[in-house]
Amino acid sequence: MTAVTSAPPSTRDTAPATAAGQRRGTSPWFWLLVGLVAVLFLAPLLWMLSTAFKSTGEVAQADITLLPQQPSTDGFRTILGADQTPVTRWFANSLLAATLHTALVLATASMAAYALARMQFRGKGLITALVLATLFVPPISLLIPNFVIVSELGWLNTLAAVVVPGAAGAFGVFFLRQFFLSLPVELEEAARIDGAGRWRIFFTVILPLSRPALATLALLTFLTNWNDFLWPLYVLFTPERLTLQPGLSTLQSAYTTDYATIMAGGVIASVPVLLLFLVSQRFIIEGVSRSGLKG
Amino acid sequence: MASISTVARGAADERPITKPRRLGGANTSQDASLGTALMFVGPYLLLFTVFMVLPIAYGIWMSLHQWDFFLASRPFVGLQNYLDLFRSGTVTSAPFWQSMRATAIFTILSVPLLMVIPLALAVLVNRKFRGRTAFRALVFAPFVLGVAVVGLLWRYLLDPNVGVLNYYLGRLGIDPIPFTTATPWVWLALVVPTLWWTVGYNMVIFLAGLQDISPELYEAAEMDGANGWQRFWNVTIPGLRPVLIFVLTITVLASANVFGQPYLITQGQPGTTTRSAIMHIGEEGLARFNMGSASAMSTILTVVLLAVSLLMLSFLRDRRETR
Repeated sequence: MTAVTSAPPSTRDTAPATAAGQRRGTSPWFWLLVGLVAVLFLAPLLWMLSTAFKSTGEVAQADITLLPQQPSTDGFRTILGADQTPVTRWFANSLLAATLHTALVLATASMAAYALARMQFRGKGLITALVLATLFVPPISLLIPNFVIVSELGWLNTLAAVVVPGAAGAFGVFFLRQFFLSLPVELEEAARIDGAGRWRIFFTVILPLSRPALATLALLTFLTNWNDFLWPLYVLFTPERLTLQPGLSTLQSAYTTDYATIMAGGVIASVPVLLLFLVSQRFIIEGVSRSGLKG
Repeated sequence: MASISTVARGAADERPITKPRRLGGANTSQDASLGTALMFVGPYLLLFTVFMVLPIAYGIWMSLHQWDFFLASRPFVGLQNYLDLFRSGTVTSAPFWQSMRATAIFTILSVPLLMVIPLALAVLVNRKFRGRTAFRALVFAPFVLGVAVVGLLWRYLLDPNVGVLNYYLGRLGIDPIPFTTATPWVWLALVVPTLWWTVGYNMVIFLAGLQDISPELYEAAEMDGANGWQRFWNVTIPGLRPVLIFVLTITVLASANVFGQPYLITQGQPGTTTRSAIMHIGEEGLARFNMGSASAMSTILTVVLLAVSLLMLSFLRDRRETR
């Protein structure tokens, strides 16, 4: 960390794997262990997929087989046709909410982080300390008062309730501030000498240089919002307003042990995030391993 | 929560930036007018004030009142809500402490496994082998699913009557086990899905920590004749210490905040044995709308969780200084 480089600190994956802890594992025991763990992690997903393609009758049978005996799309047809469990609507709501939330976080957090990293102004120290301190505030302490605040704003049972309040979290500001502090000041100096103002420097120098950090933050923010459960469960009520997580939780009471239908709902909810994960896993895993984010 | 390690790392990160600031008379750091700065910070600060600072204060205020969401009269009751919670025999105290107890049991059962298994997997994945990236992705994948999918899926696998697990146990001649309705099985029904869901998350953090340990240390240990096990205890574990404390902290906090698993898998059964603190606070405050009492519970839980974070953070600092 003594040399300031313009390259983002995200080369861990591509760096030659040299650590001495990494020796070649080729013994049969090693492969047995790897295989066993892989099966344990994969099996539940395969069961979900296979059950989703069983008929309602087959799920109720005493004998359970890994593969559907008579493949059927009953479950998908039931869930896609039901008014009380509009799973495609929930999907659309989740997609819209997570996208808007991510855009809001990126916009507000990047501007605030830039000011806190690079400008001197009165109250900056206080604001920085206050914002960083709230990283330690457990979300539960906000649940009930934010419910009342959202209700006062008339946002209960609206998209705004699951888009806006979460953007107050300090993680984005903290994450980007760290990144901006690692950028060389000289780049901005050069732009300044050319007569660029703060906004132009921010948009034409800082943001383009920060693409990897912004992408990581965007993915983590999107996933967190997409997977949020407690908050949307209480601020959204009517079936057509729900997002996926609270929506899915109603399947259990709607279909009790009709697991073909329930698992079909699970598959519809999982496939898009799993695809997103597959294409962006390097960014997501980088983001998690560099900063951690949970709850 | 995310921040503990990075706060610790951050101090080192900031130092290189404070180079001589004056370059050709231009001073990038001192030229911003208050107006410009406010325009940059303003939008976030508005969100931060309304949905972070205000609710923190508001929550404490509510906890000092008899606050029903639907009643206009919300009389000030001082510390009564807290006193009721700390006095046995009141309506609110027994269910609350039972939920705290359930949360503690879950935390104690899950945290050791959520440390040991991910660490073992990280050591495994730190080797070079074909399919390593795919293996890492597979173990991490359940984390992106969200707790609702995880809950529904495991509710099915563990279903006492038509579930997959009991079916295969039956083939082995074992009677159906009431995984989701009776103790001690319910704890298994909460811990195992949690492991499946979050082991990969902790694993990738450990993996990054492992890759930061200098290879020379392993070479030196090897030259001293240390075997694999000795290298693990004398090089890997000390080298990982800050990462271990960080992961321990976020894992304890995440476990103490458990909600989706008992809500979806056991529904608090049997009775209210597995109803977690968050589940109880949610029901009390947002389903029954006893917000004053629920706010007092939130405050107590918050104080406990903050104490845990600070304890871990001080542990991290202490170790750094003595080294």
